[in-house]
Amino acid sequence: MPVSIRIPTVLRPQTGGAASVSYDGSTIGEVLNALVADHPGLAGQVFSGDGQLHKFVNIYVNDDDVRYTGGLDTPVKDQDEVSILPAVAGGAN
Amino acid sequence: MLLRAVDHPSSSQSRDRFKSHRIADGRYAEGVLTLSTELQLELIAHCIRSLPEEGCGLLIGEYETGLVARVAPAENVAHSAMIYTVDPKAFLAADREASKDGLDVIGVFHSHTHTEAFPSPTDVAQAPDPGWHYVLVSLRDTHPVLRSYRIANGTITEEPVRPG
Repeated sequence: MPVSIRIPTVLRPQTGGAASVSYDGSTIGEVLNALVADHPGLAGQVFSGDGQLHKFVNIYVNDDDVRYTGGLDTPVKDQDEVSILPAVAGGAN
Repeated sequence: MLLRAVDHPSSSQSRDRFKSHRIADGRYAEGVLTLSTELQLELIAHCIRSLPEEGCGLLIGEYETGLVARVAPAENVAHSAMIYTVDPKAFLAADREASKDGLDVIGVFHSHTHTEAFPSPTDVAQAPDPGWHYVLVSLRDTHPVLRSYRIANGTITEEPVRPG
């Protein structure tokens, strides 16, 4: 079942400029792997070398950060909204 | 006096120092941030209210032109005077709100409480998007100072701030 994924501006060059794309899957891992299969340039932005979520990216299914709902095994269903958001941090130090 | 300090980056004298900034592939607008005086004051007020911690938030507007439509003050979940982390939930909310209006999150602002309004090595290392605008507010001196930068591939380029 299709799940829509909101793409942040920094990653849109990898999706041909698309702000939103849709993929099928029953878990967030399946959906993200389908996304990366179509847009290989996203692989290093979304996943770390060991296949886990990159630490500088936050993935939401609707309002929930998937790090607290089962990680890549988090279930998704039709009409869910996935958001990929870069971590925003810095400081004077 | 506050307004004079806010207007500092777009004074005619400093504007001469700026050159149009365009990334090699031409995807980004020229390096100008359009940020109304009202929005400048709103984000500076948030930074002052956040003292002694660094204040932070997001800029919502037109990615292609650098026009800021509104600011989204956020909690600094690092709760520090030396670093900031925008509450990811605030980013999610800002992104959703922006998309409803065909806008995007186009940058971030944060304060330096005891240093100048210039990106630190931490800011450069953690800059999430080369197309974003990075607004710095220094609260070091009596008057707040607001400046804006592009940060791409580790290179800092200051850009003028136009009130509109």
